[in-house]
Amino acid sequence: MAQMNLLQAINNALDIAMAENDSALCFGEDVGHFGGVFRATSGLQEKYGKARCFNTPLVEQGIIGFANGLAAQGSTPIAEIQFADYIFPAFDQIVNESAKFRYRSGNEFNVGNLTIRTPYGGGIAGGLYHSQSPEAYFAHTPGLKIVVPRNPYQAKGLLLASIRDDNPVIFFEPKRLYRASVGEVPEEDYQLPIGKAEVTEQGSDITLLAWGAQMEIIEKAAEMAKKDGISCELIDLRTILPWDVDTVANSVLKTGRLLISQEAPLTAGFASEIAATIQQECFLHLESPIERVCGIDTPYPLSLEKEHAADHLKVYEAIKRSINY
Amino acid sequence: MNTDIYKEGPVVHNAAFIDGHSVEIPILKILQQDGTVYQGAELPKINEEHAVKIYKALAFHRALDERMIGAQRQGRISFYMAALGEEAASIGGAAGLEAQDMIMAQYREQGALIYRGFSLENFMNQMFSNEKDLGKGRQMPIHYGSNELNYMTISSPLGTQIPQAAGYAYGQKLQGKDAVTLCYFGEGAASEGDFHAGLNMAAVHNAPVIFFCRNNGYAISTPSDEQYVGNGIASRGVGYGMKTIRIDGNDILAVLKAVQLARAYAIEESKPVMIEAMSYRLGAHSTSDDPSGYRTKEEEEKWHAHDPLSRMKSWMLAQNWWDEAQETALFEQLREDILAAVKVAEKIAKPPVEDLVSDVYDQVPEHLQKQLTSLKAHIKKYPEAYPLTAGRIK
Ligand SMILES: Cc1ncc(C[n+]2csc(CCOP(=O)(O)OP(=O)(O)O)c2C)c(N)n1
Repeated sequence: MAQMNLLQAINNALDIAMAENDSALCFGEDVGHFGGVFRATSGLQEKYGKARCFNTPLVEQGIIGFANGLAAQGSTPIAEIQFADYIFPAFDQIVNESAKFRYRSGNEFNVGNLTIRTPYGGGIAGGLYHSQSPEAYFAHTPGLKIVVPRNPYQAKGLLLASIRDDNPVIFFEPKRLYRASVGEVPEEDYQLPIGKAEVTEQGSDITLLAWGAQMEIIEKAAEMAKKDGISCELIDLRTILPWDVDTVANSVLKTGRLLISQEAPLTAGFASEIAATIQQECFLHLESPIERVCGIDTPYPLSLEKEHAADHLKVYEAIKRSINY
Repeated sequence: MNTDIYKEGPVVHNAAFIDGHSVEIPILKILQQDGTVYQGAELPKINEEHAVKIYKALAFHRALDERMIGAQRQGRISFYMAALGEEAASIGGAAGLEAQDMIMAQYREQGALIYRGFSLENFMNQMFSNEKDLGKGRQMPIHYGSNELNYMTISSPLGTQIPQAAGYAYGQKLQGKDAVTLCYFGEGAASEGDFHAGLNMAAVHNAPVIFFCRNNGYAISTPSDEQYVGNGIASRGVGYGMKTIRIDGNDILAVLKAVQLARAYAIEESKPVMIEAMSYRLGAHSTSDDPSGYRTKEEEEKWHAHDPLSRMKSWMLAQNWWDEAQETALFEQLREDILAAVKVAEKIAKPPVEDLVSDVYDQVPEHLQKQLTSLKAHIKKYPEAYPLTAGRIK
């Protein structure tokens, strides 16, 4: 075991993936010599050469189109989009190409080797375009997998699984935690399952569900609720698509209450999809309406970031609302 | 259908590829570093008053960048982007336009706003994202915008303003306005799909837009020789069938000349023009960046010798339009004013909570009004957690 922050865990996973597979490539804007603006690909060019870890021109649609081509050819592209806010020029390549490559060709061709890594999320004074959590746009697209780790241990295991998964995966990295989240990470190779949520804390009164950096927020709220004698069960969804209905439903069958918290704005966020499914699965067991604690329905602001965000206090209030319903 | 293209070229019967670098692109230089004008060079239209205005804008820019980098280091603002060494592009560009012309910039072109008279207070209010910021404190520092000064608010996603500039200019033309749009972007942003879309749209639809590329050698850590292989960005203007010029971007007179000519051509012919200004980003990409990770001090040193400000100053001194006493007084005054403005702006309150939900639409829709109401109740319950807005909630 070693102490790693989230960036180091990602770098370590990329290193393992490139060492074991000569066709694994890491590329994106500033990814080469410099090692990426957050340094996630640090040292990889020195180790694996310029042909396998390189800077691309500044064009996201080009990066993902190129990656789709590589994946179709049989290589293993691990493409970085510098910020999730800048993934949209590549939306067509991801939504119409990556996601549909296999289906439209009757599995004559596929881009299952593709992994897209991108930092997402707010809380870093990044304003409109360095803060967004765009997972829901992609969750509306059959054919993609979407993974979000909450800490360094999860990041390494889930990233290795994403790279090896035979489907295109978007791997959203919580950039607020890049250096802030530090933990024990095995130095050797391991994988964590895609498509499986994890119950991180058992409880009996209410289920709190989140993913990525938002896990910290619900943990903090659960601590507050505990002082009021409320026992929260915590679940990290880990994979947004395809998501683990069973783990969530089983928990809600037990607690009778569900709160989902996401950084993205409320309307049509992934929390809404979960709420719809769980009310169907658990209708007769629900003691109160499912709570969604999300960003306000505005673009992500700079100076009023705190007001906009789904913070622990808003989650705490929603827990009490649900319990006292 | 016009099929002339098939008839025009000479017909050959042995395969001959055109070399990717066969278009030779000259570079316009008017002013030498020592302040003398190249022999035979044709000056732009410029008189003493105009020259002094331009020079004062350059000085303002220098002083502002220097102070605000410092302010960021002290934690007073969260972020900053300087334009050290390439100020001539933005200031010369604005100086070659008319006030009614639209400027759609990338972000490193605060010089154009300085030239147009954006007040020091306005700069500060934006950087401190306080309630007097025209952008209501929503965007990161340096994302300025001013309707009054015809300077479109900056958007971080790169290249998006390029096709917009084509559309804006097309609208100006249709409405018979004596106005063009000047669109700034970096050589990095010129790799984006929007760049290619924008140039072709402008060329096909004859939009009076001036595409102004600041080729400063780097896009964050990526040097231009990893950004493109062709002959710079200018060759692409030619490829899209538009009049194109490459200039020394650190030569204020060359910038001014090119923009004056481009504007006249865009208006008279109703067509787009491409300018590629060669320069160098002397500072870090932003305050979040450290260039020592990707380039040498020696390389930077070389470019210090091409400083556009001292080049213009030497010329001004030679014209007897400027002297050292004025120089000292100007910089002293600037530093004093900027420091004072920082102190004022940082004390101004942040925007009220209502500004969180305004401007998402023209009116605040009902669902957002409800979200605001419950947010206010929540803030009242936990005032210490939301210190920026709690005190002012009724
Ligand atoms: C669509 C998009 N992708 C990536 C970024 C991140 N980014 C911000 S500035 C920059 C480099 C831009 O370089 P260039 O256009 O040459 O302008 P310069 O900074 O040199 O003035 C990058 C990659 C962005 N803002 N938008």
